[in-house]
Amino acid sequence: MMEVTDNVSNEPVAGRAPLILGGHDFHSITTAVATPAESATPLAWWFFFIPSLGMLGLLGVAVGWLVWEGIGVWGLNQPVGWAFDITNFVFWIGIGHAGTLISAVLFLFRQKWRTSINRAAEAMTIFAVMCALLFPGIHIGRPWLAYWMAPLPNQMGTWPGFRSPLLWDFFAVSTYGTVSALFWYIGLIPDLATMRDRAKTQARRYAYGFFALGWRGSARNWQHYEMAYLILAGLATPLVLSVHSIVSMDFAVAQLPGWHTTIFPPYFVAGAIFSGFAMVTTLMVITRTALRLEKILTPFHFDRMARIMLTTGSIVGYAYSMEFFIAWFSQNPYEQFAFINRAFGPYWWAYWTMISCNVLSPQVFWFRKARTSMPILFIVSIFINIGMWFERFVIIVTSLHRDFLPSSWGMFYPTMWDVMLLIGSFGLFFTMFCLFVRFLPVIAAAEVKSVLPAANPHANGHAALDLDAPTMVSPHLAPKGVH
Amino acid sequence: MALVPPLFPEGEYFGLLAEYDSAGSLFHACEKVRDAGYRKWDAHSPFPVHGIEKAMGLGRSRLPYVTLLFGLTGVIGGMSLQIWANAIAYPMAISGKPLFNWQPYVPITFECGILLAALSTVVGMFAFNKLPMLFHPLFGAAGFEKVTDDGFFISVEAWDPKFDAAATERLLASTGATHVQLVKRREGAAS
Repeated sequence: MMEVTDNVSNEPVAGRAPLILGGHDFHSITTAVATPAESATPLAWWFFFIPSLGMLGLLGVAVGWLVWEGIGVWGLNQPVGWAFDITNFVFWIGIGHAGTLISAVLFLFRQKWRTSINRAAEAMTIFAVMCALLFPGIHIGRPWLAYWMAPLPNQMGTWPGFRSPLLWDFFAVSTYGTVSALFWYIGLIPDLATMRDRAKTQARRYAYGFFALGWRGSARNWQHYEMAYLILAGLATPLVLSVHSIVSMDFAVAQLPGWHTTIFPPYFVAGAIFSGFAMVTTLMVITRTALRLEKILTPFHFDRMARIMLTTGSIVGYAYSMEFFIAWFSQNPYEQFAFINRAFGPYWWAYWTMISCNVLSPQVFWFRKARTSMPILFIVSIFINIGMWFERFVIIVTSLHRDFLPSSWGMFYPTMWDVMLLIGSFGLFFTMFCLFVRFLPVIAAAEVKSVLPAANPHANGHAALDLDAPTMVSPHLAPKGVH
Repeated sequence: MALVPPLFPEGEYFGLLAEYDSAGSLFHACEKVRDAGYRKWDAHSPFPVHGIEKAMGLGRSRLPYVTLLFGLTGVIGGMSLQIWANAIAYPMAISGKPLFNWQPYVPITFECGILLAALSTVVGMFAFNKLPMLFHPLFGAAGFEKVTDDGFFISVEAWDPKFDAAATERLLASTGATHVQLVKRREGAAS
């Protein structure tokens, strides 16, 4: 059986069990992290990159045709006015949330194990937000007028309606994209400097050096840097909760049965974290094998992510059942019909796909063997990705297709352009991720170094047995003067 | 060709650079340099060494004040923009709701606050750190590229009032440095 170290309870006198295995020192961490971005492009990379690029090409065609021809190329119409477009939007924005959760929330909770996965998770956030932003942009029908959402003075003297959740969404998602990108870039600077200092060619030195901004590991700089990182984490945490709450209000503020529910904000946030962790797991299982980072991304990290998936999956399952309970408890016939129709109406298959993928499949994570087995983690994370896409599809399409008046009922059938856009958005996401793992350090090397035992300035002296020694807490956040 | 920004005073040398073999020896060396009364000096490490700001005698970062100032600007600006736009400049009656109601303006007010706070934190951090600074005399020092890998350094700048090439070098050597070198102000300048 795989040995999983528990760095919370198993504390020998000398400190916690190591987060990083294989007797790594500072230099070997640098080498392990930087080598994949420095060595010749492996053949396997092309196997991922070329199909991704092909899918990105599909996206270009699908968006081009949509802009040329109009929204009519999609399958949506009355009564289902939102379908794949908004499903994809909510799906992608939810994926992004795990990145922020790992980088910001776990940082504030001093979970040092995050250092091995936060960089890739943050990158994932940015690419997911890029995919997400695409859909509201194109579903408005005339994408060249998308700037009308911004409060810009104009010759018509008009202003956007700030009381609409759809406009809140515009502000929330664009702020989220900006802050995520800043957070990611700030975290990258020390590692870009590492890449600059290891560069063998002038072109690489200039390219990495330009973005490293002249970073030279100065303690005076680290002081402001760590403060900035802490503040950004503190800002990103309420931000990430607000973003998916606001996304859920796009639905909850409407009067439609199935949407008009107060449970939506927390339910959406939990679902977002759930789907995001699933996507991180999918990507990291591949990345750790492809880049040979098994010693840095240990089963311990996957065990922790699986626990979060189990927890948030259960919260989502609770929300599904609570919706039914409230439909019964409210004695509102429209609400009752909406939920019975959701489970047993024409889209029953979508509903039960969602339930089996989101509620049933993560239950295997009750077992430690499943939480540390890469094949099981990979398969379950794919199930969750599918289930969470269907969750948004179920909420949006089943609620819209049969509302109050039976005379206005209808069905939604996707066209090939709908499907191409969905596939194409995955193309955009995977192309960006392939470029990221090819050219940038996938692991936050500077942060990983700071959790090594040797990073403790008191490791060799009298403080070796001091249980309050600084390595016991986050190196960024320990109260001043504990040593 | 000014490789060095005018930030640095004139002179042939930038200062002394001492190398250490571990985070622990850097930490204790910093305490000694601090106690010797130097002001224009710095420690360099591949990761933030815990507690080093105390060992160097630095105060707390003032960055949070920048964040607070701009965060509040964002909050006030966001709320004012919405009230002015929807209630004064372009009043629109929606579902009979009052024009002056702050509740629906809260989400955007919050987002504006976060956005300005985050942007100002990043810009403020760069400003405090004097970054970007793509050229720096230390980049010309032998072995300094290790600072982003596994090297630990202390640099004492030549324009520190207490700086004396010989005496400072002795001090640095006595703190357990494995190697001390004189760093030129310009890369490739005559020695």
